[in-house]
Amino acid sequence: MTAARSLMSIELRRGTRRFQRFVSLRGAKPGPTPPPTRGILDPEFLRSAIGPAFRKLDPRLLIRNPVMFVVELTAALVTLTWIANVTGFEPVRGPSGFGFQLQIAIWLWFTVLFATYAEALAEARGRAQAATLRKTRSETSARRRRADGTLEDVGSSELRKGDVIVVEEGETIPGDGDVIEGVGFVNEAAITGESAPVLKEPGTDIRSSVTGGTTLTSDRLVIRVTANPGETFLDRMIGLVEGAKRQRTPNEIALAILLAGLTVMFLMAVVTLRPFGLYAGTTVGTVPLVALLVCLIPTTIGGLLSAIGIAGMDRVARFNVLAMSGRAVEASGDVDVILLDKTGTITYGNRLAASITPAPGIPEVEAVRAALVSSIRDETPEGRSVVELARRRLSELGQPGGTGDQAGLDSIAATIAEEVPFRAETRTSGAKLVDGSHVLKGAVDAIGADLDRAMPREVLAETEAISDRGATPLALRNDGRVLGVIELKDTVKEGLPARFEQFRKMGIRTVMVTGDNPRTAASIAREAGVDDFIAEAKPEDKMAFIRAQQADGHLVAMTGDGTNDAPAVAQADVGLAMNSGTSACKEAANMVDLDSDPTKLLEVIAIGKQLLITRGSITTFSIANDVAKYFAIVPALFASVYPQLNALNIMGLATPESAILSAVIFNALIIIVLVPLALRGVSFRPAPASVLLQRNLLVYGLGGIVAPFIGIKAVDIVVSALHLA
Amino acid sequence: MSAGDLATLVTLFLAIVVATPLFGTYIYRVMEGERVLLSPVLRPLERAVYRVCGIEETGEMDWKAYTISVLVMAAVAIVAGYVVLRLQNVLPLNQGHIPAQSPDLAFNTSVSFETNTDWQNYSGETGATYLSQAGVLAVRNFTSAATGMAVAIALFRGLTRRSAKTLGNYWVDLTRGVLYVLLPVSVVGALVLVWQGVPQTWEPSQVVHTLQGAVQTIAVGPVASQEWIKEMGNNGGGFFNANSAHPFENPNGLTNWLEMFALLLTASSLTFTFGKYAGNQRQGWTIFAAMYAILLVGAIAAMHLEYAGNPLFPSDVLQAGLGNMEGKEVRFGSAVSGLFAAMTTGTSTGAINSWHDSLMPLTGLVPLFNMELGEITPGGIGAGMYGMLTIGAILAVFIAGLMVGRTPEYLGKKVEAYEIKMAMLTALVLGASILGFTALATVTKPGLAGPLNPGPHGFSEILYAFSSQTGNNGSAFAGLNGNTVFYNITGAFAMLIGRYGMIIPILALAGSMAAKRPVAASLGTFPTTGVLWVVLLIGVVVIVGALTFFPALSLGPIVEQLLLNAGKVFP
Repeated sequence: MTAARSLMSIELRRGTRRFQRFVSLRGAKPGPTPPPTRGILDPEFLRSAIGPAFRKLDPRLLIRNPVMFVVELTAALVTLTWIANVTGFEPVRGPSGFGFQLQIAIWLWFTVLFATYAEALAEARGRAQAATLRKTRSETSARRRRADGTLEDVGSSELRKGDVIVVEEGETIPGDGDVIEGVGFVNEAAITGESAPVLKEPGTDIRSSVTGGTTLTSDRLVIRVTANPGETFLDRMIGLVEGAKRQRTPNEIALAILLAGLTVMFLMAVVTLRPFGLYAGTTVGTVPLVALLVCLIPTTIGGLLSAIGIAGMDRVARFNVLAMSGRAVEASGDVDVILLDKTGTITYGNRLAASITPAPGIPEVEAVRAALVSSIRDETPEGRSVVELARRRLSELGQPGGTGDQAGLDSIAATIAEEVPFRAETRTSGAKLVDGSHVLKGAVDAIGADLDRAMPREVLAETEAISDRGATPLALRNDGRVLGVIELKDTVKEGLPARFEQFRKMGIRTVMVTGDNPRTAASIAREAGVDDFIAEAKPEDKMAFIRAQQADGHLVAMTGDGTNDAPAVAQADVGLAMNSGTSACKEAANMVDLDSDPTKLLEVIAIGKQLLITRGSITTFSIANDVAKYFAIVPALFASVYPQLNALNIMGLATPESAILSAVIFNALIIIVLVPLALRGVSFRPAPASVLLQRNLLVYGLGGIVAPFIGIKAVDIVVSALHLA
Repeated sequence: MSAGDLATLVTLFLAIVVATPLFGTYIYRVMEGERVLLSPVLRPLERAVYRVCGIEETGEMDWKAYTISVLVMAAVAIVAGYVVLRLQNVLPLNQGHIPAQSPDLAFNTSVSFETNTDWQNYSGETGATYLSQAGVLAVRNFTSAATGMAVAIALFRGLTRRSAKTLGNYWVDLTRGVLYVLLPVSVVGALVLVWQGVPQTWEPSQVVHTLQGAVQTIAVGPVASQEWIKEMGNNGGGFFNANSAHPFENPNGLTNWLEMFALLLTASSLTFTFGKYAGNQRQGWTIFAAMYAILLVGAIAAMHLEYAGNPLFPSDVLQAGLGNMEGKEVRFGSAVSGLFAAMTTGTSTGAINSWHDSLMPLTGLVPLFNMELGEITPGGIGAGMYGMLTIGAILAVFIAGLMVGRTPEYLGKKVEAYEIKMAMLTALVLGASILGFTALATVTKPGLAGPLNPGPHGFSEILYAFSSQTGNNGSAFAGLNGNTVFYNITGAFAMLIGRYGMIIPILALAGSMAAKRPVAASLGTFPTTGVLWVVLLIGVVVIVGALTFFPALSLGPIVEQLLLNAGKVFP
């Protein structure tokens, strides 16, 4: 495993175990389930974020986050007040006990610091990943073909779009491009983490594109460069994982406005308390008022908002999907129609044996054994699947040679004299047995030639039925006798129907696109459990379908790889391009899957939803928290003039000072407590919106009201036990 | 509370539940220009209005044109009202030889009636002539109410139209609201009130000689015509200073029940109208449920607290088992007066049938909180709906909507930065006006000259005045001398901010929502109907309201009640 891989794929931990279970339902190939390496709370990351956290205290940077900026201002104000008081510059007003103001000041600074630390922590992993990628990008030399056909050596940074370069075995490909000559294997581990080399050849649409930074492991390729320096895939990838150019998403901006609005609202509520207090006959001190303000403004979500966004992008990256913007991840949460290609996405794309039907008058055992014999030396996936099916059937029939019965199989194999390989002219293959007879399988019309008798009607009916189902019939014969028919069909990937069922629960409709005829398409659609299908689809049909869905108010996601797909991928609200696809398609997409696994769209949608849920839950929690803080601080503020207000002190906090201090400490600590939740995302299980809402409202809404009552009381017990206030 | 008191509450609620779909459908049909029962009579009249005023009936307006029309209407009406009130001493119909209002008072009064507040710093009998009462104030009771309804309808259209640029035509909505919705019901209502003994006359005040030989002046006038629309339009400005406590405004238990019905009727029915626009009645009933849950909790609390009376008085001796009767009419009783206080502030009516100043401190919290929520339970005519949809639904859907894993949407339309900006602006404007003016009054000499009581009760009086005016409610806690330059001017601004500070951003929001293409609903869509949504809506409205005003409320009614419980009073 390469370094890049180990950094990109990071364990989904405890907090997301449910999510992981959901993810692990994915069928397909063993696939890109992120293998465990380093966790969110890895000590190295924890340490590396400390420095940046302090640097982020710079007010010029912090002003982007109005809530935390206000906290920083108040922290500075309280610090100055304390200095003015201890130096005797200004008389002390309000509670002053043992370093009360100093303690408040310290905790206010911690509040800001915890928020910047959360952001730095979220960024730390991206930075590490970017550093590894940057090493890959290091300056290499390239051989550029001149107009006259001769070659010249230039630095990779001098390559421009349209240049033609030549790369030899063992060299690093200096830039993004399309293969125009030659065939060769390229190791893309630096980008995808996949160490098995990939075949690249010209004109194949999806296999012709190469990425700068990958290595040619065989042969020689001539490549037309498709990106200028600084605009290559690798450059963009570095920029994305580093979060340097991270733009706030539309929803984040709207949320930031809400938070700023709430901050202003609480500022009004707190500032007017000074005159109200004067009316009541008391001067409420600045420090307690500031403490109340900071407790009320939504510091929890304000402090964690950007960390949640960065972590969401990072979760997508851990699935080896590169999102071009946070907006794309957010949009994937909104998707309610998914357009999936049949071949390669819903089905494996290769035909496998599904059933063996004996011809009339032939015992099933004979037909099955013939199938086994005809395929025992056939190493194609089809052949292997025939063997597997035949052996399974033999076990069921209680015959030797069944699954697991190696001796039986060997004895059957011993009846074979020699293999009859597939030849284009006969269109059959099989084996010559030691008794001299030939057992063959092949296309029905090929097998039907020169039989002893005409092909039985039942067999013809069966082959027709198989064709109608969209599958392929293969007939079996032993010399002049027809023995039966094998049905080969394209198999739906394991686990997909269950996935689609989960999506249906979330209100997401899956639509299959295929070039098959409607009957075939309907049969596969039923098997896969998709909600709808488009049969006999031409590339432009996808586009028309997406447009029609969007006009009806749906948000559509699709995957694509060919240049043909590019317009539809661009039109879709979420377009996931395969890394193996053409650069046109990748340009059009807002996400690229480095593993080229189209079913990953499903993961991306789940991550998008999880990101939004995390953001909403912590917002709700943050606002709900305020109720308890009022009950802690308001009685304390007016304790001197209205001691009766202590009736509101339902938590029974020890003293006015400890009440205020405890609320401030709780307010700071809750940020750090929620950092893991913000980075991992709240647990997510596919369910209808009403169920999700009910659950999350209970946990984060009701929990948000109750938790601080307990938390503040607990802090108060500690604070008064230590005689801090 | 007694069984009779409970029956009043229950029958009132049931009557509203029955009337809401009927009247709500009627309003929808009227506003969309469909044929209704009264069309044969009113349609020619309506067309005549358009011809005379040069209104193009089918000419739709975008949000800016709609807003400008509302503001032009307001400006013209405020100036005209000001002029009449300043010159009322020389204008006709001044049988009572009433002097002109002072400049600051006339400003306050004119703004008050145009903003549907009906805060009165003058006494109806001696401060306004019949011309001012019937020609200016009663007319504006109709137009200001119809304007509130028009803005709500514009918001409904904005939320439910698909990719539209326009919100309707303000002048048409206004005309239809007055002609079809308010006028016919008010005529019938006024006649019922006359039947129950409410005067309707142009005669001057009657001078009578009592049996004891004393001379008494009994004020009368065109009361009934103003009385019904006062309640139905959620205006609240009484013909008499004593408002609905006056026997000529509200003679008996039946009229009291009818007046409460009238003040709830239109605001409640608009929830159903909203359901008609949304094409889903559950949307409307859900809003109804949230509004009434808040209203009824407050109402029942108020009834109970008033009936329980003052803990410092032995109930059987001083209160005769009737509860807190200070400042109340014997014919209504303590509990029903508490109910009326909750209803008049839950709607932005502001009519009163008892002195709110004399309510138990914690009861006083109910009207205060109702007003500080922004008058949305069910609120002012139209104003309640647009407030509830903006501060309630839009914010709730935004805060909690993310928790279903989609970016927030309401009625299929995405709630984005612009909408949040506008919704927050509305909420902030409310808070800024109430808290800001209260703070100003508590630290300035002219402000402190207002309240008649010291201590937390005086604070409540000031807080109540600005909550009422900002909320466009108009009820007074009394106990505050409001007719001073300071309170007239600050009050007028509070009313203007509370009205147009909400209308402008809300129409902007409506315009932005109208332009959006709705997203199709699915299982994954955030449900904005049903119990869960009701709970959420209440939660957001109450928590946002409580978080803004809890400190102020704790220094007013809450601490006063606590002090009272501890035996400490402020005589």
